[in-house]
Amino acid sequence: MGFLLNEEQTMLRESALAFIAEQSPVTQQRALRDGAAPLGYNPALWQQAVELGWPIAALPENAGGLAVGYAGLGAIFDLMGRHLAALPLLSHSVLAAELLLQVSDAAQQARWWPLLAAGDERLALALDESQQHWPRPLKAMAERQADGWLLQGEKAFIIDGMGARWLIVAAQVAGEAAPALFIVDSAAAGVAVTPLHLADSRNHARVTLQAVQLPADARLVLPDAAAALDHALDCARSCLAAEACGMAREVLERTVAYLKERVQFDVAIGSFQALQHRMARLYCEVEMLDSCVRAALAAIDTRSPELPQLASLAKARANDLCTTLLNEAVQLHGGIGVTDEFDLGLFLKRARVIGQTLGDSLYHRERYARLKGF
Amino acid sequence: MSDNNNFRAEVAAWLEANCPTSMHRPITADEIVWGGSRLSFQNEDQRLWFERCRDRGWFAPGWPKEYGGGGLAPKQARIVEEEMVRLGCRQPQYNLGVWMLGPVLLEVGTEEQKREHLIPMMRGQQRWCQGFSEPNAGSDLASLKTSAKRVQDSEGEAYIVNGSKIWTSYGDQADWMYALVRTDASARKQQGISFVLIDMHAPGVSVKPIELISGKSSFCEVFFDNVRVPLRQLVGPEGEGWAVAKKLLQHERAAMSKFAEGGAPSHDALAVARPYLDEASAPQAAVWRDRLAAQLMDAHAFALTHQRVTAQAMARQDVSGPASIMKLVQTEQEVAKYELLVQIMGLRGLSWEGEDFSQLEHDICRQWLLTKTYTIGGGTSEVQLNIIAKRVLGLPA
Repeated sequence: MGFLLNEEQTMLRESALAFIAEQSPVTQQRALRDGAAPLGYNPALWQQAVELGWPIAALPENAGGLAVGYAGLGAIFDLMGRHLAALPLLSHSVLAAELLLQVSDAAQQARWWPLLAAGDERLALALDESQQHWPRPLKAMAERQADGWLLQGEKAFIIDGMGARWLIVAAQVAGEAAPALFIVDSAAAGVAVTPLHLADSRNHARVTLQAVQLPADARLVLPDAAAALDHALDCARSCLAAEACGMAREVLERTVAYLKERVQFDVAIGSFQALQHRMARLYCEVEMLDSCVRAALAAIDTRSPELPQLASLAKARANDLCTTLLNEAVQLHGGIGVTDEFDLGLFLKRARVIGQTLGDSLYHRERYARLKGF
Repeated sequence: MSDNNNFRAEVAAWLEANCPTSMHRPITADEIVWGGSRLSFQNEDQRLWFERCRDRGWFAPGWPKEYGGGGLAPKQARIVEEEMVRLGCRQPQYNLGVWMLGPVLLEVGTEEQKREHLIPMMRGQQRWCQGFSEPNAGSDLASLKTSAKRVQDSEGEAYIVNGSKIWTSYGDQADWMYALVRTDASARKQQGISFVLIDMHAPGVSVKPIELISGKSSFCEVFFDNVRVPLRQLVGPEGEGWAVAKKLLQHERAAMSKFAEGGAPSHDALAVARPYLDEASAPQAAVWRDRLAAQLMDAHAFALTHQRVTAQAMARQDVSGPASIMKLVQTEQEVAKYELLVQIMGLRGLSWEGEDFSQLEHDICRQWLLTKTYTIGGGTSEVQLNIIAKRVLGLPA
């Protein structure tokens, strides 16, 4: 199992480190929120990320990618977590990209793959229909028509849905068990995209599809749509876990630094054993999460059949740590930890949204149990 | 490089030819061959494997031949150990002397000490135990009180040792003990401590096995009543015993991993729980399934961390941080696993004896109680947390 970065991945990480620290520090996230940025990210920063090749870093060479692998892309997500950097990388370059990579139709490949690298016409996946990511028969329906499809339904909590030029919509087709996937022009008649404002001030959207007429080739030709969806989701879960891991390390370090400098009763409060032990336990959890994240990312790169287990493992641990570590950090910072002026709240809010995105811990433990055969 | 490859091939060929089939892992606790004056074999294969390794000096392939070792260079000695692990060969002799004390004697022992002790342990004639903890010196080991008073008598210079040691594994089976004793009562804490070798057969030594909440155990209490220890059994300078013990504990992790091969078996939580889950009520089953998944995922995360730390260490990255969490996490996970199992098994998980219960049920109950020792022995969880907080996170004292 590849727990270590290779030379190329290390170079990618180092260039990303300098870029994100400089161009997108935590103050940027605050500015985006205070300015109620409509996309939740800075389009100019996204353009720079596109020029750096981040959206295609993990794509294979035959799809125009750099083939640095998810171990490399995961290092970028880790840094985005550390600096609370907002970019539509997960939606466009992981979820949409991994689905489009599975497309077997040459015309569709030629039509859609170039968009992945260009980044100006973003793609987003419209899958979930409620506040919980728990697979159940979709309510969105696609009806076959003489010259195409008629799409009807509602989608919620679409990651980076605002401003996405194209939506990949999952819908049921009568007589088919697996959901079908359709590419929908967000500007088409009957499509309404509206923002959902969550605590993390990032880009989340609701989409209403009312009698949307689609051409015949809007349906993505996938040899196994259910498997393609699972794979794309597991890639995204692993990347979200990487973002959470970076955030966890950052918040742990900030809290340790605070415990060393905050003086009460004439001593640094970090000298109190009751607090030391709480921090030591959190440190253990950060190290364990780090191992799980690396294993999940490596499993994508090696096409390991264990990816589903490892992605659920990493995501469940990330969710749990995002809850406990951020809560502990707020408590240990005391009064300043609950003020808006202090950055900790921004981490808390982002961490919680990650924890509820693409499966909470209960979902992933249930899935892990099922994969283990019980 | 190719020399090493050739050597590795030779080692593998020898092991394949000389390690009897029945002497491969797994090994259960009662199949262990302990060296020492009580050395005995349950079968011919055990004897053969023991004697072949002994004659080759492969109880410790890297020690000098003159002390009974294999006389190999460090790199070659490592190859022998790697090949034994790879081919699944059992440890031919279990002996704390070889695994813990020996390397320290080689480093700081006198020539006389090396001859007196290394050779017998390498012939499997001396079994060793460790005497560190005392009834009033557990986590605060440096507060130990067992006294060693220097005297001159008709046989020469010696220490007269009085006091007691506790939690001495297999103290009732050992021929010798390496121990920390207080040679200077006036010096503060770590300064007045010396490292000595005590003959467990000497007059004044008595041993009492300790019964645990889980039943019989290998732990003993050892009492010293005016035990005479000749001055030649002092290792390192007088008053420098703490430093010698720290050297010795550097070998602890390697020794523990060898012990683990023959240690208490750890159960497969899923295999144990499955039949009881099938009998549980629907609400119980739903909750336990979630908790069991959480348990398996914890174990998975730990295994991945172990692999990662190993990979990083081999790439010469600094792993002092993650390495420091291993003992804490691993023991707490074992405790949590058995806690969950006894809950899922209900009253059957609390079976004490009798034929109304399966052997597995008895084992799980005893093991549940035994795991309580895991987070206490070898540095309590609280001590581990102190170490992480101070050495890794740098929090102030």
